Amino acid sequence: MIGLSHYLILSAILFSIGLVGVIRRRNLLMLFFATEIMLNAANIAFAALSSYMHDLSGQMFAFFIIAVAASEVAVGLGLLILLYKKYGSLDLDDYTMLRG
Amino acid sequence: METLVYIALFAPLVGSLFAALFGMRPKTLWTGVVTSLLLFVSFLASAMLLKHVYTVGAVHAELMDWIVAGDMRVPFGFTVDEVTAVMMTVVTLVSTVVHIYSNGYMEHDKGFNRFFSYLSAFVFSMLVLVMSDNFLGLFIGWEGVGVCSWLLIGFWYHKPDVGRDVNPSISPSWAANEAFIMNRIADLGMLIGIFLIYWNVGSLNYQEFFAAVPQLSHGMLVLIGIMLFIGAMGKSAQFPLHTWLADAMEGPTPVSALIHAATMVTAGVYLVIRAHPLYSEIPEVSYFIAVLGTFVAIFAASMALVNRDLKRIIAYSTLSQLGYMFAAAGLGAYWVALFHLAAHAFFKALLFLGAGNVMHAMNDELDIFKMGGLKKVMRWTYTYMGVASLALAGIWPFAGFYSKDTILEAAFNEQSYGIWFVLWLTAGLTAFYSFRLVFLTFLSDERYKQYGFHPHEVQKYVLWAMFPLGLLAVIFGWWKEEFMAFVTRLLPAYEMSEHTEHMVWILIIVTMAIAIGGIVVAYIMYAKRLRRNERIEQSLPYRILSNQYYIPIFYEKAFAKPYAELSDIAWKEIDQQVVDATVDGIARVIEETGDGTRRMQTGNLSDYLKWMAAGALILAVLAIIVAMNH
Amino acid sequence: METFAFYFFAVLITALFLVTVLSQNILYAMTSLAAGMVLISGLFFLLGADFLGVVQLIVYVGAVMALYAFAMMFFDATGSIKERHSHPALVFLLGGLSAVLMVVIFAAPQIGQHVEALYPAAAGANNPQAVGLVLFTKYLVPFEVAAVMLLVAMIAGIILAGKKMERSLSKINDSELEQNGGKDEQ
Repeated sequence: MIGLSHYLILSAILFSIGLVGVIRRRNLLMLFFATEIMLNAANIAFAALSSYMHDLSGQMFAFFIIAVAASEVAVGLGLLILLYKKYGSLDLDDYTMLRG
Repeated sequence: METLVYIALFAPLVGSLFAALFGMRPKTLWTGVVTSLLLFVSFLASAMLLKHVYTVGAVHAELMDWIVAGDMRVPFGFTVDEVTAVMMTVVTLVSTVVHIYSNGYMEHDKGFNRFFSYLSAFVFSMLVLVMSDNFLGLFIGWEGVGVCSWLLIGFWYHKPDVGRDVNPSISPSWAANEAFIMNRIADLGMLIGIFLIYWNVGSLNYQEFFAAVPQLSHGMLVLIGIMLFIGAMGKSAQFPLHTWLADAMEGPTPVSALIHAATMVTAGVYLVIRAHPLYSEIPEVSYFIAVLGTFVAIFAASMALVNRDLKRIIAYSTLSQLGYMFAAAGLGAYWVALFHLAAHAFFKALLFLGAGNVMHAMNDELDIFKMGGLKKVMRWTYTYMGVASLALAGIWPFAGFYSKDTILEAAFNEQSYGIWFVLWLTAGLTAFYSFRLVFLTFLSDERYKQYGFHPHEVQKYVLWAMFPLGLLAVIFGWWKEEFMAFVTRLLPAYEMSEHTEHMVWILIIVTMAIAIGGIVVAYIMYAKRLRRNERIEQSLPYRILSNQYYIPIFYEKAFAKPYAELSDIAWKEIDQQVVDATVDGIARVIEETGDGTRRMQTGNLSDYLKWMAAGALILAVLAIIVAMNH
Repeated sequence: METFAFYFFAVLITALFLVTVLSQNILYAMTSLAAGMVLISGLFFLLGADFLGVVQLIVYVGAVMALYAFAMMFFDATGSIKERHSHPALVFLLGGLSAVLMVVIFAAPQIGQHVEALYPAAAGANNPQAVGLVLFTKYLVPFEVAAVMLLVAMIAGIILAGKKMERSLSKINDSELEQNGGKDEQ
């Protein structure tokens, strides 16, 4: 029988995979992919809790997360295109404007 | 009537602030005129209040809440009762005279406007002191007069320090600091007394405290009485905190007249009189006060015998008369103390202002051995100082006779014959040194000529300004009965026993005899010409007296020097080695941490993300630890 | 059956996302991400959240992945990506540790067994109906705000991506561009 913990642990594992991606990848586009993974991991946790607790609030939050993710992709990709136009690269190591 | 209270209180403050506006400017005549006028307004208001209190009764005014914290409530409350009305009238009258006088005296001084600002601020503080209806207000006024006294003693702060053998006061700023620090020492005692009152009674209001006195334990009352008296000792320069008063003569002479003779130094006496319900309960402390006052009376008089400095002699006589007042208050004759306080304020202020005239004429020369024969050029000043000295010596029918004689009667009545004898002896000494001063200054040979002085009388209006004081120095004593009837409505009446009543005439004759005797001796020794005896001046008692019993030197060696060394150690060893090092250490740690963590700022987003992940990890660990502890 | 389905989905999703994160080829990464998203919707169906599953399919797989696909055309990212990894061990250590920690947290009995429903779902309604009931009553304001946010994001995306592209892609000179701009505004 599959319990709540199964889903939560799956969610945790997926989140960590996303985290590894965020830390490891230097390509900005790949960072976006990794972020999507993390958001989806959170969604799984919300949906599972919602289902096992018989409370729809969890699903509501999942909806809003999807909405936020969509907005993020729309704005983020726009920014990414501008960045690419300016520097001709998406490699994080090429951006050192923040160096103090 | 509340309006009058506020007018009397705040007119000097307005004058002070007005003069302060022009404090840094060169002399403008109208600052002096305006402050004097406002002081006169304050005097009129005080006089009207006195009449009101006489006919109707005490006035109480509450301006606003001052401190409200928890159970503690201290309002800006003012009470004008019999004692306060007398004090207010005396203070504002002398202040008005001194203000007008200062217009002439400070005429050529660069700090003319500043001087009037300080002087009016002093009067305001003094009025707060006497008018407040609680101990905290009294303390604020107490500190206010202390600050103004400091400002005014050090008025000529630019004068350099010189050795003790050239000028015993070293310099005005030194004298000002000495006065201030000595008063701080005493004020600590006073503060502790006030704390004890609040602690035990829960209120600082006079009435509430006095009402609670019978419920307090005797030991606590003694403690409070001693602590308050320590404060009074500092302000009134009683032994062993007396050295600052003579040094305070470094200030301008009007200041000496107003602050260090007529008003501020009597604040201690006022406090004892004000707290009479307390001191009546603790006769042993009262007796100590009387003994100390008696000691100071003869102690100060003995130093005045040989001094050559015009102002210091008068300062010692002030000290001596303060001793008389404390003796009276300590013996329970509170109204007599207040009577002597008022009479003394008039004739001593007059004496000082006369001394100011002499200084003015002699280009600030103070050595009476270099004067003599000034009678010819300064007839009016001679008259004033003669009258004041007669009053001081206690010659009938001048003011000092009535007050001082009553003190002696009280001492006799209490069967404290020791006190009586010493005070009686002091009366003789007082007469001697007062007239030594007068004769050496105004009579005898004209020694000033060989020093090249060209003395001249001061302006007419200055002499007229002194007239009220001169008049009061003569006639004030005639109102003794009325005064007693008035103030004993608040203060306990003091009844002489029948035995004393019989003795009164004998006492008066004995006292008059020694006073006149002192004058006669002074006349023989100094009236014709200055006779100096090298052998006596080199003798040990003479040197002890002229060096003020070596007490200033002893204080310097015993307290000032070790304290300076201690401060030096605290500075070099503790402050620099410990405190500064700690502060520097903190700064260095932060700087090095910043230097080390600067490498984190690579500018690479990926690195930042790693740090963020690590931080999140640490937070998660903390969350687990916290969760496990619950 | 449910057990089998869960493990099936779980293993596949994990594998696909690992490919996304570790792959050198961006096309592979994107494809596996899209497949993972589809499978996550399967999990949602399994949980009874039918509506959420459908939304996941439409929004993520339909819209978001399509956006990524279009974006990749601009970036010329078909080739493999060269990346320098300064501390590969550190990366996996951080990721692994956080995974372990989160598992510990979620598996802890305090959390797993002490969660209670604040707003229990309405009984007797199927999932889309129930979602509608909640969404348009209690979460109405957030819903509207989310709608506005999406609108703003859309406009922002158009402006950010579109404005300069026009200038750089078209070979027209600046004066013409300004004239065109002026006309557009009119």
